[in-house]
Amino acid sequence: MYPSSNALRSTNYLNCSKGFMSWFWTIDHKRLGLMYMWGVFAMFALGGFFAMYIRTTLAVPETAVWDPATAVSADLAKKMDFYNRAFTVHGAVMIFLVIIPGIPAALGNFVLPMMLGAKDVAFPRLNRFSFHLWLLGALCFVMTFLVGGLDTGWTFYPTYSTSSADQQAVVFGTLGAFILGFSSIFTGLNFVVTIHKMRPPGMGWFKMPLFLWAIYATAVLQILATPVIGISLLLLMVEATLHIGIFTPELGGDPVFFQHLFWFYSHPAVYIMILPAMGVMSELFATFSRKPIFGYKSIAMSSLAIAIISFIVWGHHMFLSGQSPLMSTIFSFLTFAVAIPSAIKVFNWVCTMYKGSISFATPMLYALSIIWLFGVGGLTGLFLSTMGVDIHLHDTYFVVAHFHFVMVGSAIFAFIGGIYYWLPKMYGRMPSERLGQITWALNFTGFNLTFLPQFIAGTKGMPRRYFDYDPQFASYNLWSSIGAAFILVGMILTLIAVLHAIFRGRPAPANPWGGVTLEWMTASPPTEHNFEKDPPYAGDPYDVTLVEYKGEVEGFLPAKPLKDEPFAYDFSASVKAGVGHVNLHP
Amino acid sequence: MTSAAPAAAPAHGHHGPAHLQHHFETSEQQFDASKLGLWVFLLTEVLFFSALFVAYTTYRSLHPEVFAYASNFLDTKWGAINTTVLLVSSFTVAWAVRNAQLGQRKLLIMNLAITLLCAGGFMGIKYVEYSHKYHEGLLWGGAAHSIFKYEDNYIRDSVKAHSHAWNEGSPHNPAVAAVKDLTKEQRKEVSIFFAIYFCLTGLHGIHVMVGMILLTWILIRAARGEFTPQFYTPVDLGALYWHLVDLIWIFLFPLLYLIQ
Repeated sequence: MYPSSNALRSTNYLNCSKGFMSWFWTIDHKRLGLMYMWGVFAMFALGGFFAMYIRTTLAVPETAVWDPATAVSADLAKKMDFYNRAFTVHGAVMIFLVIIPGIPAALGNFVLPMMLGAKDVAFPRLNRFSFHLWLLGALCFVMTFLVGGLDTGWTFYPTYSTSSADQQAVVFGTLGAFILGFSSIFTGLNFVVTIHKMRPPGMGWFKMPLFLWAIYATAVLQILATPVIGISLLLLMVEATLHIGIFTPELGGDPVFFQHLFWFYSHPAVYIMILPAMGVMSELFATFSRKPIFGYKSIAMSSLAIAIISFIVWGHHMFLSGQSPLMSTIFSFLTFAVAIPSAIKVFNWVCTMYKGSISFATPMLYALSIIWLFGVGGLTGLFLSTMGVDIHLHDTYFVVAHFHFVMVGSAIFAFIGGIYYWLPKMYGRMPSERLGQITWALNFTGFNLTFLPQFIAGTKGMPRRYFDYDPQFASYNLWSSIGAAFILVGMILTLIAVLHAIFRGRPAPANPWGGVTLEWMTASPPTEHNFEKDPPYAGDPYDVTLVEYKGEVEGFLPAKPLKDEPFAYDFSASVKAGVGHVNLHP
Repeated sequence: MTSAAPAAAPAHGHHGPAHLQHHFETSEQQFDASKLGLWVFLLTEVLFFSALFVAYTTYRSLHPEVFAYASNFLDTKWGAINTTVLLVSSFTVAWAVRNAQLGQRKLLIMNLAITLLCAGGFMGIKYVEYSHKYHEGLLWGGAAHSIFKYEDNYIRDSVKAHSHAWNEGSPHNPAVAAVKDLTKEQRKEVSIFFAIYFCLTGLHGIHVMVGMILLTWILIRAARGEFTPQFYTPVDLGALYWHLVDLIWIFLFPLLYLIQ
């Protein structure tokens, strides 16, 4: 039977067992997804705290230090040291603990098996192990504070990392990233096997929801790229403890070799962060435009194309490392090539909206703003991949603004949009639209206010990673810090909106938004094994005519009465037969 | 032809044999998933080693003569014996899979035990080699006991006194120059060979030890009679992992020992 009513009062995955261990030791992908989500929130708060510290420090210039006649006072030196630690922790926590696990591990874990009509991922115990590794990795990063603080930048470049005053912090930091890498690998492995082996009958590769394509492409990256950072970090640990010498010039090693290994992972990692976000966006655009997604195959294939190209562009991080101009030229060209599949996606989303029946629900607001944010972030990436321009912009705030537009403006915004979208499924309650709109407005305004001025400051030569700057950059930094305050308020309100939904939200129907993918075909919140009986037959995931709004349930119900296989209804066959009274543009 | 057959039939729906986990439909699906999972894991293992192979390739292509020189200090005899030991273990573990498929429990236990014995033998020989290297000071430049330290006076006199490599050269090839006759720069380059040697063989050794733990666990389960021709996934996967460990060594042996 199609579950139309809310399942909060009956047995569901949230209340089927109780106690700390029933969560900590669970193998249920939904509970693991939720715990990842809250873990990511906590780490986001930690990383956000240091972001606010950075913006507070930079709000006004400290002109005194630029006078060469004045010696740097002990207080100021301390402040400089702390600033180095602050931006390192901000970067490392946000990347390794927030964005990388954000969408795949939190939302992906929650949604992926349900989208496949499966009871769980292929290896539930491995999934739990991944989560425990994530916790351990988070603990390692917390430990870095207790032993003095990591000050190498999130990239751990030797010789910063091999000559850092706080070797213990370097060891804990690299160990943390190493452990998190394995958490990420195992999650990716789990998802690949699940998608290969557990698709339901009727769901061929090109009947999969695009979120699954994106998660699949991400998982391939996690599997192929992460082991390389694993071994590099392991070597760095060996370097720091046993002075093995592979990266240390004094011992015959080459620090640039580390940079190559690091970016061989960390460039694909950029797509580990953005591809799942693109997957979320594809779902949001289709659902909230009430129209089948435009260019399904090209979106699916562009995910794979991005995944493949991302492996051969790492050298664009190293134009100034002394690599040969020929190499740089090739890397530059290949980097331009990434723009093509990225643009394909954006155009497809825009075309999906064309003549659609667009509803501006909060998740859609985030999705729409990402068109702008990802557009700016992506196009400024082309500036940076142009070698001549990059020499000028390298290590300036232009780079900072560019990757924040992509990593925060796109990945984090999609994460929030996705949480809003799937929150009714997670907790069986609807988030507040009004709160959602207010927080979105704050986040969006604050974000642009923070990072647009940094582009200008960057083009004028303001270098990144310094705790202070020349007074000519004062106004940009002030605007930037004001914008950061907006984001702070916006993010706190976002958390309140989530909590408000969980505790005060109105009970959610099974399908509040009109999604056609299988997770909407089960109760909100689902039972422990996702579907009460056998999962429904998987049809076209974007045929929005299969569901229609019903006022009495305040949500969507199947348009056709359900038989044994509710989605066996063949849309194209009925059109051919001339019996399909289907109105694509209601 | 009696009514005994349906007695084992499941009460309802999806319940199958005891080894079938709740979220799989059939044993075949579960086996396929496990096997694909392991192949993907092996892929990550290869990539995990890749950085070190890249390091090897880069430094060797920059300094081929240094690698040719330094390789003389490795004992080809021990390396060859270890290669044979691992090849034998690969054979026995492959045979063990066959035993599991055919339900030959005693042979399964025997073959797993021989595999484990070979693995232990490999580690024993590795220990002999490592302790010899340590004694000789044939270590990476950053190690306290190394004879490849950049400055002469950083090298411990106690090591110099009894290190054959320092005073006379390689015991395996009399034509090779003694380390004391190298320049500072040359010593630095040779030390990188040993850095890579210890990283590669050390990481491989860790994998051998992990493999031994897995094989022991599989051996215990085999002794308990948990494997049947219908369910032998752990044996199959354990064997695959062990083959990879062997395979990596098959590459390491010529790359490190046989380049003179």
